[in-house]
Amino acid sequence: MKVIFEKSVPGRRGVRPARQEGCPPPEIGPRLLRDRPAELPELSELDVVRHFTELSRRNFGVDNGFYPLGSCTMKYNPKMAEQIAGYAGFSSLHPLLPQLPRGEMLVQGALAVLYEIDLALREICGMAAFTLQPLAGAHGELTGAMIIAAYHRDRGNRRTTILIPDSAHGTNPASAAIAGFEVQVIPSDSSGYMDVEALRAALNERVAGLMLTNPNTLGLFDPHIRQIADLVHSVDGLMYYDGANLNPLLGRCRPGDMGFDIVHVNLHKTFATPHGGGGPGAGPVGVGEKLVKYLPISLVGERPDGSYFLDYDRPNSIGYIAPFYGNFGVILRAYAYLLALGREGLRRVADNATLNANYVSEKLRPHYDLPYGGICKHECVFSARRQAEHGVRALDVAKALIDRGFHPPTVYFPLTVPEAMMIEPTETESKETLDAFIEAMIEIARLAETKPEAITRCPTSTVVGRLDEARAARQPDLASLK
Amino acid sequence: MPYIANTPEQQEAMLRQIGRSMEELFSDIPPDLRSPGLNIPPGLAEQEVRNRLASIAARNKVDLISFLGGGFYDHFIPAAVPALVSRSEFYTAYTPYQPEISQGVLQAIYEYQSAICRLTDMEVANASLYDGGTALYEAIMMALRITERPRIVVDDTVSPIYRTMIRTYTGNLGIELVETRSRGGLPDREELRRHINDRTAAVAVQNPNFFGCLDEFSDLSDLAHRHGALVIASCYPISLGLVKTPGAMGADIVVGEGQSLGIALSFGGPYLGFMATRRQYVRKMPGRVVGRTVDGQGRQGFVLTLQTREQHIRREKATSNICTNEGLCALTALVYLSLLGKQGLVEVATTCAEKASYAGRRLLEIRDVRMRFPRRYYFNEFVLELPVAADRVIRRLLEKGFAAGFPLVRYYPGMENGLLVAVTEKRTKEEIDLFAHVLEVSL
Repeated sequence: MKVIFEKSVPGRRGVRPARQEGCPPPEIGPRLLRDRPAELPELSELDVVRHFTELSRRNFGVDNGFYPLGSCTMKYNPKMAEQIAGYAGFSSLHPLLPQLPRGEMLVQGALAVLYEIDLALREICGMAAFTLQPLAGAHGELTGAMIIAAYHRDRGNRRTTILIPDSAHGTNPASAAIAGFEVQVIPSDSSGYMDVEALRAALNERVAGLMLTNPNTLGLFDPHIRQIADLVHSVDGLMYYDGANLNPLLGRCRPGDMGFDIVHVNLHKTFATPHGGGGPGAGPVGVGEKLVKYLPISLVGERPDGSYFLDYDRPNSIGYIAPFYGNFGVILRAYAYLLALGREGLRRVADNATLNANYVSEKLRPHYDLPYGGICKHECVFSARRQAEHGVRALDVAKALIDRGFHPPTVYFPLTVPEAMMIEPTETESKETLDAFIEAMIEIARLAETKPEAITRCPTSTVVGRLDEARAARQPDLASLK
Repeated sequence: MPYIANTPEQQEAMLRQIGRSMEELFSDIPPDLRSPGLNIPPGLAEQEVRNRLASIAARNKVDLISFLGGGFYDHFIPAAVPALVSRSEFYTAYTPYQPEISQGVLQAIYEYQSAICRLTDMEVANASLYDGGTALYEAIMMALRITERPRIVVDDTVSPIYRTMIRTYTGNLGIELVETRSRGGLPDREELRRHINDRTAAVAVQNPNFFGCLDEFSDLSDLAHRHGALVIASCYPISLGLVKTPGAMGADIVVGEGQSLGIALSFGGPYLGFMATRRQYVRKMPGRVVGRTVDGQGRQGFVLTLQTREQHIRREKATSNICTNEGLCALTALVYLSLLGKQGLVEVATTCAEKASYAGRRLLEIRDVRMRFPRRYYFNEFVLELPVAADRVIRRLLEKGFAAGFPLVRYYPGMENGLLVAVTEKRTKEEIDLFAHVLEVSL
């Protein structure tokens, strides 16, 4: 398919902007003007509509089919939330209005949404307050790491190191490093949990904190979590909770009760806002009482008369981490979802996410290696080790699933499992869908033994086959330039 | 329960096959950590949620005739933009890790990268960052990596909103952050000469700047390059329909806020941070990048590439911690630019500039109203020097249904009477006349 610039026809017009008679031409010195227009496509509106409609047909989303991409929580994104985000009262609201005199009164509805979702997230996570500003999960991690730094600076602690288990998401070490910390990796034990003895040995007066997901990236809930928290706290370290895997705990267990001091939640995972093909997300950060003073500027407060205000007077705050109040459109969708689910609905999310993952785990166990058995939470991680002996690797299984109409699971992650296939079904999928997926996985396992070439040549049903990634990196073609 | 497919009977059947009860599936959580249940209200039906949020939306004031900008603008959005972007094959997808079923998003990102390069006169662009402020911060970090020098010079005509973010982010890192004082609405050349030296990694400017003033900053690029420093330029993409490109003025890294390209104001986000640079710096650039390649049969296709810079491969040694970006907003910007096309963007930019020029003249007819920076050219935003405090005027005009602009004193002490007025193509001549009239009688 041609790129859009190759379809351009000189002189063809799309949307025509309104012009107005009676305004003089702008007075801008010629030295300040561009010498020729940017070479944007010249197409009719229909050309553009056909182009992007065709592109959309070459893409696979949750609305197309099962999307068990582990750690990404690809649940259904309710249409209701999209419509609400489009209400003019929200979508047309200028972010600088609150900074005008008495401007807060112009945006009371938006502040109400921020205030209310903060309260709900506190209750769900067991935290004292949230900032809604972080614009993605990794941005939340960075915010959390900066709060950890501020806490230790205030206490006169000289802390240089953040501890991170080897099964962690890649963003954890990257965020800690960008906040100025060194990263020390803690190995997993033979059961897939963080090795508590290794943690104990790593603890000293240089440790600023520990970043952890629980359930971890193997889908396992760490039963030693209280002990881990106590150990980290014993050296005045802080406990950071990566909320990527919060879905199976909603209404069942709270990070605050586990001993975490800082939590980020991914609204685009747990709270059903769409991933948008790679964003936008939102990564609100909650903290315990002793860290509230460090949260970014500003926070939303409520006055005695029931009106809301933005609190900029926060002398201990780490400062501004986003231009305004976070990805408001994403926060709004998550708020709508929370209102729809309520207390009971959230617990059903946790139950059914866990049930679906355990069902898949149970059914696939005879056919693929399950390195860490027992019950799981939101996801299960298989290994294609056995298939690899026949020359069929995790990537091949993934491509064969594509030909059978499924999005593949996350592969080669976590790094602690060879040939990993990380399957997160989510609660919104039906038994029929899971059964069809399980059947396809079993068929692939059988073919891997009997006819491996039927798997390694996949996918064959797609608009392109496996692409030459080495060439893409060696001879980068990153833009069509004129 | 909303959005859960399995019936209680199916759930029971699945539990039987697993051989455990639901409570047993949670037996790995120690009893003292189990939650007794959340103290939040029961769920609502869709109709109730929508009614509730419609009434909350009604508590926001969005019927003002607005001259408020400050880096975030109320531009016209063609109907085809949301129609295409809301195709759920795009918006319900994840990051395109499986290229064979993600060619739609991947090709769109490649086209977006191309459009950003063509707009700014640069050679490579990434797939997006969170917003214009983060993009500026990431550009600074990139310059530090490229030059291995400690000092960053940022002029005070760069958005003060972004400068506060940069102070937060660089606070822990032992960077020398120098904020230079402008003169007469533009970066002060003397001041910059004093601060740019052989320890300087980069100088950051904005064009048009926060005051709306336009600059030809090629001389600053020469100055920076003579000292081996890079030039970071933050820009307003709609202005590039008309205004000289940062690439043509010697910028090495171009960033900006893409909200004006078809993205709703939405109370501050989601927005779009864009970043473009020269080819030689691509391996130091943060964020995802899409490249064009071929499959086994020689068919053209697109993949995420140069991933060895990124956190999922390099972990703590990555160029940035960014993972989720603003993919859907990048798609929005691409669709917007494609619909307007080569000539359309020129016309939108020209209309903004014409209406701003008209507004400027009209407002200067009011007694004791002046331009704060009379010798400068502006694109679609300018600073009025009022005879009284801007806050007072803004308050009075709000009562009459106008958002008159932004009070500069919020960020620039001493500019109590400065009012930053933005005019987009959405404002009509009649609205501008009415605004001038209401302003005149309010003084």
